[in-house]
Amino acid sequence: MSTPRGTVTIDVEACKGCALCVPACPPQVLSMSPDRNRAGYHYPVLADGCTGCAACQLICPDFVFEVYRAARPAGVR
Amino acid sequence: MTGTSPPADVRRIGVAVPELLLTGAHHMCPGCGEPLAVRGFLEAIQALGVARRTIAVAGIGCYTSFSMTTDVDLVQALHGRAPSVATGIKRVRPDALVYTLQGDGDMVNEGLQEVLHTAARGERITCILLNNGVFGETGGHMTATTVPGQRTKNTLEGRDPTVHGHPILIGDLIARLDGAAYVARGSVHTPGAVARTTRMFRRAFETQLSGSGFSFVEVVTMCPTGWFVPTLDGPTYLHDTLGAVHVMGELKVDGRVRSTEELRAENARAEADAARRLAAGGLDEVP
Repeated sequence: MSTPRGTVTIDVEACKGCALCVPACPPQVLSMSPDRNRAGYHYPVLADGCTGCAACQLICPDFVFEVYRAARPAGVR
Repeated sequence: MTGTSPPADVRRIGVAVPELLLTGAHHMCPGCGEPLAVRGFLEAIQALGVARRTIAVAGIGCYTSFSMTTDVDLVQALHGRAPSVATGIKRVRPDALVYTLQGDGDMVNEGLQEVLHTAARGERITCILLNNGVFGETGGHMTATTVPGQRTKNTLEGRDPTVHGHPILIGDLIARLDGAAYVARGSVHTPGAVARTTRMFRRAFETQLSGSGFSFVEVVTMCPTGWFVPTLDGPTYLHDTLGAVHVMGELKVDGRVRSTEELRAENARAEADAARRLAAGGLDEVP
């Protein structure tokens, strides 16, 4: 398995279930969970294949996503 | 943070909650576009390193609840009067970065003359308009920027210009005033549009800090609750309905007013470019 390029953390309880992140995700690795958070909203879950492009963070009205990219080895771009 | 945790060997490239917000929690409806614009201008202020000398003037609308959580000095104005209050603040504190945050009901219905005169005088402030074509806070009825055909609480069959009149394209109006140095209309319906709007905020603030005149950023935002559309349809509805009339782009740069045709051509290129970059791994990537 190749090293993942990026990932996101998801603040499940902050989510209001608008699902704008799902179509905004270029590699299409976000989907809405059938489970609900304490407020009663479905929230997104991440599958393998995140590139850390931050599209979800840019489109999320509830500030749910924190974006990370795999650290590159020193001196290599 | 209640959700998932990051692995160890990664670098963080974006924080969840903008650092100039005391908390990410807010009362906006699901799918609202206003928090996206709020993130945009707060990040622009932070990038310019002027947060400690920024003074905000808030109008009245849904976004007003961000007054309680925005970590910059803030004055609350009455409906539509924010540009006049901001004028006073800027004249006594010329070193401050002064911006107003207003909605379309606040700015274009309740206080249209305030913003027009402020722009015409060339006051060195920045006015930010969150335009969703409805009075969201008071129930979702029509505003002066509601576009023909748009459904609101009191135009259930869609706004009919023969009955309800035509919308005021406030960005275009202000761009024609000589006191306005920078006028832009952004949007928050795609990640690429959000990033582009954030750049517009930065240019507007830079215009103010350089002292060259009035700067104005209008942001067309989603209001799925007021538009009677599901949250997921909000961005498409914005693009096809409001976006077709309130055309996005930099309407006035360095004193030159740009044509709508010029903006439309630029928008098609910008959207395609952002989609390519995001697919390649991020807006900072060159595919």
